[in-house]
Amino acid sequence: MRKFKEFLIEKLIFICGLASIFFVILIFLFLTKEGLAVFKYVNPVDFLMGKSWYPISEPAQLGILPLIFGSLIVTLGAAIISIPIGIACAVYIAEVAPSKIKEVLKSGIELLAAIPSVVLGFIGMVTLVPWVKTVFHLPTGLTALSGSIILAFMAMPTIVSIAEDALYSVPKSYKEGAFALGATHWQTIYRVLLPAASSGIVAAVMLGIGRVIGETMAVMMITGNAAVIPQSILVPVRTLTATIAAEMGEAVVGSEHYFALFAIGIVLFIMSFIINVTADLFLHKRH
Amino acid sequence: MVIFNAKNLNIWFGQIQALRNVSIEIESNEILSIIGPSNSGKTSFLRMLNRLNDLNPGFKMSGWLEFAKEDIRKIDIESLRKRVGMVFALPLPLPLSIFDNIAYGVKMHGERNRRKISSIVEHSLKQAYLWDEVKDRLGVSAFKLSGGQQQRLCIARTLAVNPEVILFDEPCSGLDPISTAKVEEAMLKLKKDYTIVLVTNNVKQAARVGDRTAFFLSGELVELDRTEKIFTAPRDQRTDGYIRGKFG
Repeated sequence: MRKFKEFLIEKLIFICGLASIFFVILIFLFLTKEGLAVFKYVNPVDFLMGKSWYPISEPAQLGILPLIFGSLIVTLGAAIISIPIGIACAVYIAEVAPSKIKEVLKSGIELLAAIPSVVLGFIGMVTLVPWVKTVFHLPTGLTALSGSIILAFMAMPTIVSIAEDALYSVPKSYKEGAFALGATHWQTIYRVLLPAASSGIVAAVMLGIGRVIGETMAVMMITGNAAVIPQSILVPVRTLTATIAAEMGEAVVGSEHYFALFAIGIVLFIMSFIINVTADLFLHKRH
Repeated sequence: MVIFNAKNLNIWFGQIQALRNVSIEIESNEILSIIGPSNSGKTSFLRMLNRLNDLNPGFKMSGWLEFAKEDIRKIDIESLRKRVGMVFALPLPLPLSIFDNIAYGVKMHGERNRRKISSIVEHSLKQAYLWDEVKDRLGVSAFKLSGGQQQRLCIARTLAVNPEVILFDEPCSGLDPISTAKVEEAMLKLKKDYTIVLVTNNVKQAARVGDRTAFFLSGELVELDRTEKIFTAPRDQRTDGYIRGKFG
């Protein structure tokens, strides 16, 4: 009887474990099946390199280059803002802050991660967007810059908590060794701790960026959604994710528009897959 | 000349008292060995001398400790640590090449002249008896060296910033007898130019290299005397018991 129970539980866990992999495979298959169908209407080069996205005009123009650029510029902007602040914040929490402040900051960062993205988008829409508009004298504040700033807030918790973890796990003896040579606190941080934690920090950055590239709601609310190749960071852009979210509802099932949206999904999938694998490689290098 | 002077030194880590009323004078150019069982306060005492204990939250001290006639708390901490170098129990090379491991501290203290840096690196490696073994491969990672070589590399790194005192915290605890002999040989040669304080778990090592030996027990300094005296005719019964291996 006990053996049977053991057997049953073991198999149950096994099935649960398989299920998650099974779903990933199913999603991937579905995505490819629906997405690749678009290449009956448009060839892959025109799809990826095409400069106009007019999916419902006649004939439909399905070039996603503006969307890729939109995603990249928003992500790049978010990275430029969030990486230095995030790493500095991690250094402060791991190394400088007294333990009480440390606790407060850590829970603050966790709280930031818990804010739903639609709320962040909403706050961005009513505060940040008008601010960007007046500061830069723009016709509209719905720009790539606004998106980058809000997304930087969303990447920050990931970057801070993982980078802080990496810094914390640098052996204490490295630090003592540097101090014993007469290094100042900053010299120790800059020349010993950061290099020693570098692989973990790179992983933190990659995971933060991964979060940014997949983010949809906040971006859709504040970037203006113009499918034009951006000439600067102060113009409206449309990202890959926002395109899918905004247009999936109105696309006719089985139309080329519908298939094109799935193909965008594949592009996104590949992008975040590459980012995650890179992050993973760096994380494992550490161990 | 007295280089360190401790008077009624008490220290605490949180609620735990690690040193009780310790008074010691350390002479320049001597090797002072400190022996004692674990938790006797010997490492805590050593880490007072370069104020590494300050890193520990909850650290408190009372009493008096001076370095070169100056209150140790008043000396700028980075310059104190430059003047009082330390070699740790486990060799701790930085993830850099052999050359850069030694150049690291030198550069950190502001030396930029490359020729001067190389000559300091060479000189320090020679002083630590490592030069001949590594002179052809200064560019390889320090992790490629054996444990004993790594430890001598750490000694060279400490020497490179030109300290006055070198603190050794159980420097041979992870080394084989031959590597140990080499480290001890280096210490005896270094005595000419430096003051050495050696904390060791190896009683025989204290007997081999120490000019004077101090015996710590439960945070107290039990006895301090010439090494021959400690090992032949200790005044305190507890010292005698520890040296003979009755406890510890």
